[in-house]
Amino acid sequence: MQGRIHSLESFGTVDGPGTRFVVFVQGCPMRCAYCHNPDTWDMNGGTLMEPAEIIEQYERNQAFYQNGGGLTVTGGEPLMQTDFLIDLFTLAKENHIHTCIDTSGIAFNPGNPALMEKMDRLMGLTDLVMLDIKHIDPEKHRDLTGQPNVNILKFAAYLNEKGVDMWIRHVVVPGITDDDKYLFDLGYFIGQFHNLKALDVLPYHTMGEKKYQSLGMDYKLKGVPPMDKTLLLEKKQVILDGIRKRRSEQNPQ
Amino acid sequence: MREEWTDFVTGKWDKEINVRDFIQRNYHPYDGDESFLAGPTQNTKDLWAQVLDLQKKEREAGGVLDMDTKVVSTITSHGPGYLDKSKETIVGFQTDKPFKRSLQPYGGIRMAEKACADNGYEVDPEISEFFTIHRKTHNAGCFDAYNQEMRACRSSHIITGLPDAYGRGRIIGDYRRVALYGIDRLLEDKQAQKDSTGRVMTDDVIRLREEISEQMTALKLMKEMAASYGCDISKPAANVKEAIQWTYFGYLCAVKEQNGAAMSLGRTSTFLDCYAERDLKNGTFTEEQIQEFVDHFIMKLRCIKFARTPEYNQIFAGDPVWVTESLGGVGVDGRPMVTKMSFRYLNTLTNLGPSPEPNLTVLWSTRLPENWKRYCAKMSIQTSSIQYENDDLMRVVHGDDYGIACCVSSMVIGKEMQFFGARANVAKCLLYALNGGVDEVTKKQVGPKYRPVTGDVLDYDDVYSKFMDMLEWQADVYVNTLNIIHYMHDKYCYERAEMALHDRDVKRYFATGVAGLSIVADSLSAIKYAKVEPIRDEDGIIVDFKTTGDFPKYGNDDDRVDEIAQDVVHKFMTAVRRHHTYRNGVPTTSILTITSNVTYGKATGNTPDGRKKGQPFAPGANPMHGRDTHGAVASLSSVSKLPFNDAQDGISNTFTIIPGALGKEDKVFAGDLELDLK
Repeated sequence: MQGRIHSLESFGTVDGPGTRFVVFVQGCPMRCAYCHNPDTWDMNGGTLMEPAEIIEQYERNQAFYQNGGGLTVTGGEPLMQTDFLIDLFTLAKENHIHTCIDTSGIAFNPGNPALMEKMDRLMGLTDLVMLDIKHIDPEKHRDLTGQPNVNILKFAAYLNEKGVDMWIRHVVVPGITDDDKYLFDLGYFIGQFHNLKALDVLPYHTMGEKKYQSLGMDYKLKGVPPMDKTLLLEKKQVILDGIRKRRSEQNPQ
Repeated sequence: MREEWTDFVTGKWDKEINVRDFIQRNYHPYDGDESFLAGPTQNTKDLWAQVLDLQKKEREAGGVLDMDTKVVSTITSHGPGYLDKSKETIVGFQTDKPFKRSLQPYGGIRMAEKACADNGYEVDPEISEFFTIHRKTHNAGCFDAYNQEMRACRSSHIITGLPDAYGRGRIIGDYRRVALYGIDRLLEDKQAQKDSTGRVMTDDVIRLREEISEQMTALKLMKEMAASYGCDISKPAANVKEAIQWTYFGYLCAVKEQNGAAMSLGRTSTFLDCYAERDLKNGTFTEEQIQEFVDHFIMKLRCIKFARTPEYNQIFAGDPVWVTESLGGVGVDGRPMVTKMSFRYLNTLTNLGPSPEPNLTVLWSTRLPENWKRYCAKMSIQTSSIQYENDDLMRVVHGDDYGIACCVSSMVIGKEMQFFGARANVAKCLLYALNGGVDEVTKKQVGPKYRPVTGDVLDYDDVYSKFMDMLEWQADVYVNTLNIIHYMHDKYCYERAEMALHDRDVKRYFATGVAGLSIVADSLSAIKYAKVEPIRDEDGIIVDFKTTGDFPKYGNDDDRVDEIAQDVVHKFMTAVRRHHTYRNGVPTTSILTITSNVTYGKATGNTPDGRKKGQPFAPGANPMHGRDTHGAVASLSSVSKLPFNDAQDGISNTFTIIPGALGKEDKVFAGDLELDLK
């Protein structure tokens, strides 16, 4: 099954452990206000590629990835192309490649048995999921992304149940996702999962704004300043506090 | 066994001069992390503040603080110099005071005069007269022997940066020998070497006997120089402080007598760690003291200076000394050669702050300890001061006691040396091929009058075959020029101090180099895969090109063009190998113009790849700027395909990356995001 690909990056260092070959897929249903890849939204754009073509490119330079790195699929929304991902990861696993999906979880739907059957298969081939929780509050999540977060949160529980390693990513945007209450709640929520291996808190930056201009699109966060890096570390601590609280309740000393 | 060697494991090294054997039997591999390291002492901070102040004054004075214009620098020409004698644990400057540049006219008196004049000084007229009339220099010797063609190639820059007016450098003495054996033992060994030369007095034997005598003189002078600092180096070093000091004295003698294009240190850290471990165990010194010795040693290396001209600084993009020190690597027995001392050397970047000198070079292997890899990565991110080289590639050729001279030239310490050969501008050679040997800038007939290309569109097979002929010619005139240069350098500017710390029979690499490889690869690719129309001037000389259509560009992991680059390197090396080389030097080539790419670009006309006249070349084996569009790995892959067998003197790739792009929170490795819930 061919995938709809936006682009490939041979030297990915921020999308999962180690040095990674990163596949950006085309197409995403989310409309996150701060998305810095709006060019990957269109479900019909991109280039069609065979899984074998991608693995071949990976293998050419596998020396760069073999020591703790691997293959990451991001986007766009990878889980919009589960059939392609199953084929790609099946090949990857035959070649002993570490596989990672960077997703918003938006495509997860426990009410759809056909999809769940595919999801089960895909997760059997996936070593790590980086789940980007945009906002813990349902209403604010909808405001920010145009989508509900109920299935996203269910996806985290599902991964925990399946025993797939999970990193949680969260972008802190000044005035939008930096409220300590919600950050704590986020930590409290994810603290319950034993498959949680890392927390990646990302500062909002304005580098995406130019892309919007060149695409002739409106930038919703115009005027919002980039997130201060020092402040960011404090915000990360708030989330960690939430995790600590949940963990201490689960394992009272 | 000597008292100084108590507690060391004996072997071959105590019976013959064999530093490697000593290291292998006595070093303690370290796979722990950096937590044992000590910070700077108050004395270190005070001394470094003094150096920073001198650096500031030097900058304010326009780049040079003081120059010697009267005393020709030799091992013993200057009395001792200090920053603050009461605080320095490791001592020694090139002249009698820090930041005063020495006068070294043996490479060429005109260069020495110009270096002074350009900085507002004047060489003593008596010295000028002496080195013009009474004592010939290396530079004068070269020009006595050059033929017309060599001079033309030199001035048109098709061969460029030749070491015919300055010291060739790139020779690393085994300075560790001074520490391990002491000078008296080395003198005994040299006497035995002299007694063992052939009895028939051929040119070679006469030269060798004279050279060994020169070396012995140098060794005796080293003792004298060290004595002026209150140190008796006739005997072996008795502890780590002395071992560092003795080693540094050896190096200091070399830089007192040679203003070489690269004056590298070798591979000293793991050797010195044998002493440090012994002293720590015996309670002779604490970790803090040992770090202080290392800090003071490195501080001295940061103060090595030479008198140079602005033109020289332009070729080398600054005023580099290339005090390269090779760290780490893996032994042939599979044990990593990383020791605590390797960490201490890198720790100077924290204790004294970042610095390009000494050029700390990590010999990288996939089998290095993980803690060391992490520490290197961390220090690279913090200081941008570390160079990396592929030990897994070089160990196969050189074993586990080689070091790097300059930026990439590998050689076994004390057993191999190199005749530095600057480089041939192959991009210009391609233009000569098109124009039948006429220089595209000066319009002079410099190369042979081969048939130029005709027609309105460049034909790949035609151009390639003409280029191969011209490359053959270029290699010919290049190697012959270098033969003259090294003959004269040995004769008039012999490196007696460095060679005194070598074996009798050294392997000599005859180094050559190429500049403009990526331009040639892209140009040939353009001719092959796109349509290139030559534009001729009124004299019928091709001065520009009109390129229609796209073509594969080197730096994108595309075999169509990468194979062209590989082929050009192989063909050039084959042409070089065909020639006689001075003293049976083993020919090698490098692709490493890290700094001179700008100057070469200035002297080269428009090229078929679309590069405009005067635009800089890419550094070393790098793809041309902005043409590698498929990410870093694809770019690195193109470079890594170049054949090391045909470029054993090294292939360099300059790679800049912002720390944030290497990982989160400036951390590189996975796992650093792990939940820290403490």
